[in-house]
Amino acid sequence: MIPAEFDYVAPDTLDDAIAALKGGGDDAKLLAGGHSLLPLMKLRLAAPTLLVDLRKVPGLEGISRDNGGWRIGAMTRHADLEHAPELGVLSAAAGTIADPQVRNRGTIGGSLAHGDPASDLPAVLLIADGSVTVRGPGGERSIAAGDLFQDYLETAVGADEVITSVQATGLDEYGFGYQKFNRRSEDWAMVGVAAVVKRVDNVIEDVRVGLTNMGNVPLRATAVEEALRGAPPTPEAIAAAAENAAEGTDPPADLNASAEYKRHLARVLTRRALTEAAGLS
Amino acid sequence: MSTIPVRLRVNGVDHELEAEPRLLLVHALRDELGLTGTHVGCDTSNCGACTVHLDGKPVKSCTVLAVQAEDVEITTIEGMAGSNGELHPIQEAFWNDHGLQCGYCTPGMIMAAAGLLAENPNPTEDEVRHGLEGNLCRCTGYHNIVKAVLDAAKIKGPTVGVES
Amino acid sequence: MSEDIGEGGVASEISEIAAEQGEAHGAPSQSNHVGQALRRKEDPRLITGRGRYVDDITLPGTLWAALVRSPEAHAKIVSIDASAANDGPGVHAVFTGEDLTDLAGPLPMAWVPPGVEVNNPPHWPLARGTVNHVGDPVAVVLGEDRYAVVDAAEKVVVEYDPLPAVTDPEKALEGAPFVHEELGTNKVHEWSLPGGDIEAGFAEADVIVERRVVNHRTAGAPIEPRGVLADYRAGELTLWTATQVPHFVRLFLSILLGISEEKVRVIAPEVGGGFGSKLQVYGEEVLACWCSRKLERPVKWIETRTENMATAHQGRDQIATVRMGAKRDGKITAWHVKILADFGAYNMLLTPLIPSLGAFVMGGCYAIPNVQTDIIGVFTNKCPTDAIRGAGRPEATHMVEVTLDQLAAELELSPIEIRRRNFIATDAFPAAVATGVVYDSGDYEKTLDRLLEHVDLDAFRSQQEALRSEGVYRGIGFSTYTEICGLAPSRITGPDGVGVQAGGWESAMVRVHNTGAVTAYTGTSGHGQGHETAFAQIVADRVGVDPEIVEVIHGDTGTGPEGRNTYGSRSLAVGGEALARCANRIADKAKAVVAHNLEAAPEDIELADGKFSVRGSPDKGMTLAEVAGAAYLNMVPEGMDPGLEETTFHDPDNFVFPFGAHACVVDVDPETGKARVVRYVAVDDCGNAINPLIIDGQVHGGIVHAIGQALYERVAYDEDGQLVTGTFVDYALPTAAELPSFETDRTVTPSPVNSLGAKGVGEAGTIAASPAVTNAVIDALRPLGVNYINMPLTPMRVWEEIQSANRGVPA
Repeated sequence: MIPAEFDYVAPDTLDDAIAALKGGGDDAKLLAGGHSLLPLMKLRLAAPTLLVDLRKVPGLEGISRDNGGWRIGAMTRHADLEHAPELGVLSAAAGTIADPQVRNRGTIGGSLAHGDPASDLPAVLLIADGSVTVRGPGGERSIAAGDLFQDYLETAVGADEVITSVQATGLDEYGFGYQKFNRRSEDWAMVGVAAVVKRVDNVIEDVRVGLTNMGNVPLRATAVEEALRGAPPTPEAIAAAAENAAEGTDPPADLNASAEYKRHLARVLTRRALTEAAGLS
Repeated sequence: MSTIPVRLRVNGVDHELEAEPRLLLVHALRDELGLTGTHVGCDTSNCGACTVHLDGKPVKSCTVLAVQAEDVEITTIEGMAGSNGELHPIQEAFWNDHGLQCGYCTPGMIMAAAGLLAENPNPTEDEVRHGLEGNLCRCTGYHNIVKAVLDAAKIKGPTVGVES
Repeated sequence: MSEDIGEGGVASEISEIAAEQGEAHGAPSQSNHVGQALRRKEDPRLITGRGRYVDDITLPGTLWAALVRSPEAHAKIVSIDASAANDGPGVHAVFTGEDLTDLAGPLPMAWVPPGVEVNNPPHWPLARGTVNHVGDPVAVVLGEDRYAVVDAAEKVVVEYDPLPAVTDPEKALEGAPFVHEELGTNKVHEWSLPGGDIEAGFAEADVIVERRVVNHRTAGAPIEPRGVLADYRAGELTLWTATQVPHFVRLFLSILLGISEEKVRVIAPEVGGGFGSKLQVYGEEVLACWCSRKLERPVKWIETRTENMATAHQGRDQIATVRMGAKRDGKITAWHVKILADFGAYNMLLTPLIPSLGAFVMGGCYAIPNVQTDIIGVFTNKCPTDAIRGAGRPEATHMVEVTLDQLAAELELSPIEIRRRNFIATDAFPAAVATGVVYDSGDYEKTLDRLLEHVDLDAFRSQQEALRSEGVYRGIGFSTYTEICGLAPSRITGPDGVGVQAGGWESAMVRVHNTGAVTAYTGTSGHGQGHETAFAQIVADRVGVDPEIVEVIHGDTGTGPEGRNTYGSRSLAVGGEALARCANRIADKAKAVVAHNLEAAPEDIELADGKFSVRGSPDKGMTLAEVAGAAYLNMVPEGMDPGLEETTFHDPDNFVFPFGAHACVVDVDPETGKARVVRYVAVDDCGNAINPLIIDGQVHGGIVHAIGQALYERVAYDEDGQLVTGTFVDYALPTAAELPSFETDRTVTPSPVNSLGAKGVGEAGTIAASPAVTNAVIDALRPLGVNYINMPLTPMRVWEEIQSANRGVPA
């Protein structure tokens, strides 16, 4: 399987990349690691006429501390996130993406821009109160994670905009858990749950739960969060709260999982992720 | 069908091609440069038969455009043995441990294993198994592949890996 | 290179260990190399990227082929417009089914059993009039560029008039819609193998267990997809193809294309696995040759994985209704199996034979007086099925081994005890069984005893209970199997017997060169099994040389004698035996030549330490090199031909019946339903070992093939006949991360059928393992009220069964 024909440019600057993207119109696409886009192009489910490769654009890689949070260059590879345990749940989730070869190529910016609710990072970005910085012909803007994912494979990033970096809150005082359920370890998540818990004086002061592949977009399990905020970090409280995990979800059924089964998995995995995050496991 | 110049450095040798932008790295290696040790086993980045190294890191060359691999060092299975034909310790271990049958997945397995050991020179069995999760084999049941990687690690200790 | 792993390192350690085991197991002692775990001769090229598979071969002027395939499961072809495709860059031609009218006939089905009516509608390399499954080829585009032909194929406009599709074999059997309208039925055939008196057997029974046993559809999924390179020039045709059966392909190319057989050469170069899916005469093979002749250019087609998942023949897909009757003490009195086999859209080379292969060993390793198998084959709008690793025998073994455990539970017997009570007694061999075949040798108690030396069942049970209190549901499952392989004996399998239109013999040719180096030709066609090593070991010992100087040639119809190729675990038991006999003839001639030159009697010449010497005078003798030198100088006895070369054809009197005892331990997460194999112990008996390293490798791979079927793999179509598992994303081959390492052991019960005492082992693991996994999952789930479950044991299915049991709903 091979992609349909396209033109290709690899600009040296971000401005040139944005200009090329704009010039290419609706059928131009950015190429970062290519591990979401190229597979679709090989199966001819996508056929952009122009690829604008970001590989020569400087300054798009790297992980740094920024105002108590994290700034991660859009071209930072999953493997780099995996090997930065200080990123907490983000690192844990990145380490479960596909396989080592894919993690060596795939990028955080590319993954978020693709907007696949089955990928691991979007739900994590949601609970990290993250955002992406994008640059377009009109300049730079920030898109909060909650606004980024609009629908299945649809994001708020404009056709002529480039994600340049990803911001995430530090979550330094939070415990975390990432539970990914799949049939094989290289598979996409059938359901994934990311949880962070902040305990103060034996009370859960804050809790956030993100759900992967439970709808057209990554979701926050707000009913779980509400049930648990202010509660004691006990197995019973967590189990009771986790029962709400599927509330408001609309998971897509597939060959290996009915919607009902996915809802069940969401509840089980939420309990497990919270147990881990609360330090009870 | 428009072409662009593509410069590739493979196993220490520079090559210049005129290629369509859509030319996949695996086809550039196989069809343009005659390095047929790198194989294609699927369309979806699952099987890992096409694994090569870019700057020492294993990647799936069926999911990389040839032009994306400019300005990096590409290493293929043909570049693993020494110039005098001396086998790489991982190749030797695959041979000793019967880590292959039909041999089709083998180059990709060896390249994935080399990437794994470069990063983690003394892996546990579980780490080897997860480190190879991007490579499918239908013949061996993985038993002897895992054994070979563990043996290669034992033999060479922390220095195993590919120079890049 | 490290000194640690040089020649004397790991390999020789392995050899020593294996040699010790071999001794203990009574392996043949007359030889130096047979029985040793030699490193493979094939490997140096394969580990360095120097293997040469079809896609690695390029000829000047090659045209690339891309196929236009049906997106419809069932439709009439209204029109095909190839004009836009023809205009594509470098495109030379587009052909459709209407262009291939000069073929002598449709693609072959080679099973014509006496007295059985088999519906066999024509199956063409390119569809004519209708398409019958997704992926059915409709047109071929040929052009200069590998990528441009794919673009052009997308521009072929095919108008389809969709027809109703049927994908459920049980519905297909009930009536319309019909896959092949002209037949007025979807039924392919009916076939029965009655043994004993099944009704009388049930009348005797105190207990009868009935189950529905599903062996779902799976794919062969070799990591190398199919591929062909056809080169027709000056009246001669050469085809390089990723096949297990080059000789069969040559025969049918000759017939279908009308090219005299000696002008057709088929080469199976390095082949990247087959697992039965390359035991076929495929339309693409015929088509590429036809196009090459038509365009007078080499033609290459390399299958994509997506094509492979839709069009390389698939396997299993049998639904069985089974009944097992037994006395209160567990002795089985009757075993009746009714199989509905889903053949997909067409009969391929051996499609309707496949379930019958299982019928011959439906009684397993048990002394069951009354065994009957009734088979109905049915067409559906899916990819055709045919032989996939085990071919009928994994299905049969699954039926008997899973049902036996159900019976044991009913009778409150342990799975071990019920097996012991029914085993064919060790002194009963050769054992004529109810299905009409004679098991050559066996010692089932011994393999089970050996297994239980590795697996402490009492300790397991207490551990199982302790784990359950921690929320881990662990289970153990057993499978004691025998299988029928070494597919050969023509008197049983051939036209007068089971009905395969081919003899089952195998050929060998051994040529000793002037220098004493040896080339051995075999009619088998290895594709990963290590023939080049194991066969060299066999030949080397018989002619007194090192295996290093025995080159084994296979897979090329242009060299060596006619052959019958590789499938059904036949290569060693039939092809290896042919080579052994051929090498013995070389040794006999060598002895005569030595006797002649040293003025001794031929019967006084013996082969020892690499030398043919006069008995009692070990320093008086000749090496094979010296013998060859003499033979090619015609220094041979009066009346004997010069030279040192022999050819042998061997057709054994019987099949061989490997057997063994396997145990699988699984952990099931009761909340998610996910099952994982945590331990697997296999004790196999494949007779004498030629190369223990290769045996273990075959067993490992075989086991994982069946674990794949039980837990991960499944070919799925939706109701409209669309393939849901079209790539390796959805068709879930297990990876290393899903599996444990395996514990393997062997007992050695030599086969009396061949002089090697050897049996096949390529399919044994696959035949044994799926019931062990399934029984283990059931064992784990019994405390949750789940007493029976069918494969595939996916997390959702297991979870659903647990839910049903919780609600008191019978599963």
